[in-house]
Amino acid sequence: MSALVSSVQPANLARREGAPLVSLNRIAFVLALAAIYVVVPLIGNDYWLNSLVIPTVVMGLAGVGLNLLTGYAGLVSLGSAAFMSIGAFSAYNLLLRAPFLPLPLALIVAGFVAAAAGVIFGLPSLRIKGFYLSASTLGAQFFFEWLFTNFHWFSNNSMSLTISAPRLEFSGYNLTSPAGRYLLVVVTTGLLVWLARNIVNSRIGRDWMAIRDMDTAAAVAGIPIASRKLLAYGVSSFFCGIAGALWAFAYLGTADAHAFDLDKSFQILFIVIIGGSASLFGNFLGAAFIVLTPIVLDLIVLWWNLTDYVDQGSLTNLLRIIFGLIIILLLIKEPDGLSSLIGRLARRLAAWPLRI
Amino acid sequence: MSGAILEVKDVSLSFKGIKALANLSFAVQQGEICALIGPNGAGKSSLLNVINGVYRANSGQIVFDGTPIDRPTPIGVARLGVGRTFQNNALFRRMSVLDNVLTGLTRLGHASVIEVAFRVGRHPAERRAFRERAEDIIAFLEIEAYRDAVVGRLPYGLQKRVELARALVASPKLLLLDEPMAGMNSDEKTELSRFIQDVNQELGATIVLIEHDVGVVMGLSHHVVVLDYGRKVGDGSPDEVRRNPDVIAAYLGTKH
Repeated sequence: MSALVSSVQPANLARREGAPLVSLNRIAFVLALAAIYVVVPLIGNDYWLNSLVIPTVVMGLAGVGLNLLTGYAGLVSLGSAAFMSIGAFSAYNLLLRAPFLPLPLALIVAGFVAAAAGVIFGLPSLRIKGFYLSASTLGAQFFFEWLFTNFHWFSNNSMSLTISAPRLEFSGYNLTSPAGRYLLVVVTTGLLVWLARNIVNSRIGRDWMAIRDMDTAAAVAGIPIASRKLLAYGVSSFFCGIAGALWAFAYLGTADAHAFDLDKSFQILFIVIIGGSASLFGNFLGAAFIVLTPIVLDLIVLWWNLTDYVDQGSLTNLLRIIFGLIIILLLIKEPDGLSSLIGRLARRLAAWPLRI
Repeated sequence: MSGAILEVKDVSLSFKGIKALANLSFAVQQGEICALIGPNGAGKSSLLNVINGVYRANSGQIVFDGTPIDRPTPIGVARLGVGRTFQNNALFRRMSVLDNVLTGLTRLGHASVIEVAFRVGRHPAERRAFRERAEDIIAFLEIEAYRDAVVGRLPYGLQKRVELARALVASPKLLLLDEPMAGMNSDEKTELSRFIQDVNQELGATIVLIEHDVGVVMGLSHHVVVLDYGRKVGDGSPDEVRRNPDVIAAYLGTKH
């Protein structure tokens, strides 16, 4: 082996020869960053930020959380919204009862509280697999909704059982305006996605994917299966927890436990499936799809005055059916999700006018 | 070549009354290539699974490098320096060749999830060192051209070699190969035999392999153990085994 080690070829490790120093990808990345952090808050009007951009980004972040667990580690969860609610209620109580905590620190601690809950509800994954495992996280879903509804301490004994943003400020800046909340959401999400990317590209991410693809071989290769699975639940719930706090305070403003019901968990699952499993960027495409499609459908109803022909109740149900149909169609046409669709379009565009 | 690296002592294994292994004993010497042969269902793969800690033997003992292992677990055995490939490729299909090979090193890593997430502490050095070792093995097995390819899309013979790379990357003392040449044509078999010999001689790994192609086995191995119905029917040099009447009976068939 020592003879081998001395014959390492450093060329493989350095930048590929011939690759330009500033690649097209990098320019695109910088432009996208500039757009996200500078242009959008400047030109975006309040409606856009409040009803479209903020929920898309926050739901995308929750999708990242679930995708780490499901897409990378191959473990199921139907309790993403429960872990979001833990993050929201933790952040609320931290900000309320420990006023000296700055907002970022409160969010981080809230993430860790959610992570701890995730690890506990991930314990059954050491014994059971697949479909049956979802029962455990489904249990978390119902348990926490019940807990936060029935124990009023969590909502500071408010009559309406709701929690509302105690203070959204960071080092003197008030973040309650739509642009402020947008920046809070985007900066937090950007940072967390960077961390997620580092993790999935590392030894830990590889271990997760190995467990997903074949757990016996992973064990024989020396991967500590049990601790990696629990870590996946922990990290996933950390992300969901912070997304939950952002959902409650930066999007809803006022929330109760029912804002994080089973419906929300399913929405996050759809985001992962539609966006593409084992993709980070895809979650935001999936979230945009989930957030925008109902709005577009509503607009169509408005433009065509469909309310004149169908009554409002049936129309709502009809829209749900159409929404479901779109999801089914999309998954038949693109089983690997929107991220793979976009990837293919990008490759085609790069090769244009040649066809690949 | 001194001393036994692996001793299997009186190992029995049964599945719901069906005996897969019956009081099986043999020893593998340091530095040799030992072939396990026998008809289908003789218990060869089950034996590897017992050594690996995937199955737990009903009785008996596995001694590795002079130390008995009481309750073998897959990760514990991997930590002792045992690498393994599987009969039907057990690769991580949706990952690249490089990533598959890198998983073989994961148990040597120490960086915590925080260090990994922020790319600080032990992580950067570990990442570089792992990458170098993986590239070494990839070069050794001549699969550089496929480094970034998704494993599930590679042809079968190459997949076998990727699996070998994954088992080899952590420099195992003992390498268990379960039918590494199954489904290969004779060119591919010759090529893989050469790699196995290189692994044995250049990297100094002791090898236990299961193989059905008797021609390959006789040419490659120093020591052959023959199993039939979970029992050992032959144990010795290729020539001794070839002349053993019990082995001939097992292969040509007699009344059991």
